[in-house]
Amino acid sequence: MKLIKAIIKPYKLNDVKEALSSKDLARMTIYEVKGFGRQKGHKEIYRGSEYQVDFIPKLAVEIVVTDDQAETAMEAIRQAAHTDSIGDGKIFVIDVEQAMRIRTGETGADAL
Amino acid sequence: MLYKYKQKAVVAGMTLMASAAWCAEGASQTTDTGDTAWMLTSTALVLLMVPGLAMFYGGLVRTKNVLGTMMHSFVAMALIGVLWMVCGYALCFGSNVLGGFIGWNSDYFMLRGIDESITNGVPEYVLAMFQGKFAIITPALISGALAERVYFRGYCLFIALWFLLIYCPLCHWIWASDGWLFNAGANGVIDLAGGTVIHVSAGTSALVIALLLGARRGYPKTAIHPNNLVMTLMGAGLLWVGWFGFNAGSTVHSNLDTARALTMTQISAASGALTWIVIEAVFFRKATSLGFASGVLAGLVVITPAAGVVLPSGALLLGACSACVCFYALKLKDKFGYDDSLDCFGIHGVGSGLGVILLSFFIRKSWMASAAANTDAGSWSAINQFFVQLQGLGSTIALAAIGTTIIYFIVEKTIGFRIDEEGELAGLDYTLHGEHGYGMINVDAS
Repeated sequence: MKLIKAIIKPYKLNDVKEALSSKDLARMTIYEVKGFGRQKGHKEIYRGSEYQVDFIPKLAVEIVVTDDQAETAMEAIRQAAHTDSIGDGKIFVIDVEQAMRIRTGETGADAL
Repeated sequence: MLYKYKQKAVVAGMTLMASAAWCAEGASQTTDTGDTAWMLTSTALVLLMVPGLAMFYGGLVRTKNVLGTMMHSFVAMALIGVLWMVCGYALCFGSNVLGGFIGWNSDYFMLRGIDESITNGVPEYVLAMFQGKFAIITPALISGALAERVYFRGYCLFIALWFLLIYCPLCHWIWASDGWLFNAGANGVIDLAGGTVIHVSAGTSALVIALLLGARRGYPKTAIHPNNLVMTLMGAGLLWVGWFGFNAGSTVHSNLDTARALTMTQISAASGALTWIVIEAVFFRKATSLGFASGVLAGLVVITPAAGVVLPSGALLLGACSACVCFYALKLKDKFGYDDSLDCFGIHGVGSGLGVILLSFFIRKSWMASAAANTDAGSWSAINQFFVQLQGLGSTIALAAIGTTIIYFIVEKTIGFRIDEEGELAGLDYTLHGEHGYGMINVDAS
């Protein structure tokens, strides 16, 4: 199993969710994050003064999939979150040892 | 405040509001329900501005200081609220003592001699409480300049001393019937609702205290973000609404003068807000919400001294001028490096100072005619009034600057004013109040 962790632009969440759902991957955990990379922050204006803001709000999207679904999930996220401008985000794939559904006790791919 | 109108325009030389004579005759007077109802409403409206100010300032600081900053405004309601009852009213509206530096009337001490008193149709309790609200909001305004970096105890001592040594004398000079600025020139310094007494005094003290305290750690290198502009906007809205009590209530009547003051207040606030967002749109291609709120305040503070004497076109111009001048005044702190954190000097001091001066050129004819009638020569010009206004402004700035410097050293050398480094980094909320403004994670939400 793989954990797909994507950092995306917040307004792309709905597109990503629909793209994953269309591949029968209708599940995810999201959280609000802040950070910077090549985009290197942006400028905000408060009372006429411009301030450099280093940490830009992004969304982190997490979904665990089986090994053979990983490629599909990555591509779906990439296409949905893509705008071709700097700051589109990144996707990471991480090995997952085990999974369990709390209600039934199922493990492995059955638990996803 | 417009005790002035009452005495000078209606019955020149009539027994003054602040004189003890009323107490004796007060009981026999009847209440004017119209005036009294409006003054009760105004009193409540002005008090509403204090939580409004707390929200305005509270939203502008960082999350870790939101409660400490709001408490700066709230504690003034309690601390100055008590001091006002004990001796503030006596010091402001008693007769001249100490060569006119301040007033005193033992009947007003603990408000014990006004139980039966009705003045010009309004119970004196209402007038005393109305005035008390102004005394509360003025030191709270200064908290914008010392945000995020002072001990709560030091702040409390500071505003108590500031109230006694700066607010009370100024209020006496400008609004008490025997105050020297009240009687300057043909018809006194024009200051309807506190351009000098409240905004210029608070603004000047804000600049002085920002210079003496030094900047917040990390300023201006680290960006210091507002934690909640939504709250700031709601606060600005409350201030705008409350300002009708502030300005229109200051006519101490419910009549033509009141209607004029209310109208000019609305026009100037709207004009200031519109001007500010247009400036931003031109320079930044964006109209910001904080810019809008700043423009509202710029328009309100400039009209505060002037709402009783200018015409609608004058109010429109004053609001626009104030927004332009304040917009540039805010840049001064970047240039000179002082940390007037929430721009008390840049908006209240500069905007209202501008109003005190500029109003001389927009005064309605009837006011000028009554001023001229008060002079031996029978004439009075805008330039004459301009110099009277300068005198009022200069005295206010001098008293506020010198007094604040002295009080700063008293507080810093005794119980401490500037908070220690660890407390500043951890934030005032936890360090000084043991609380957090916002729940980070509500672990047992169900």
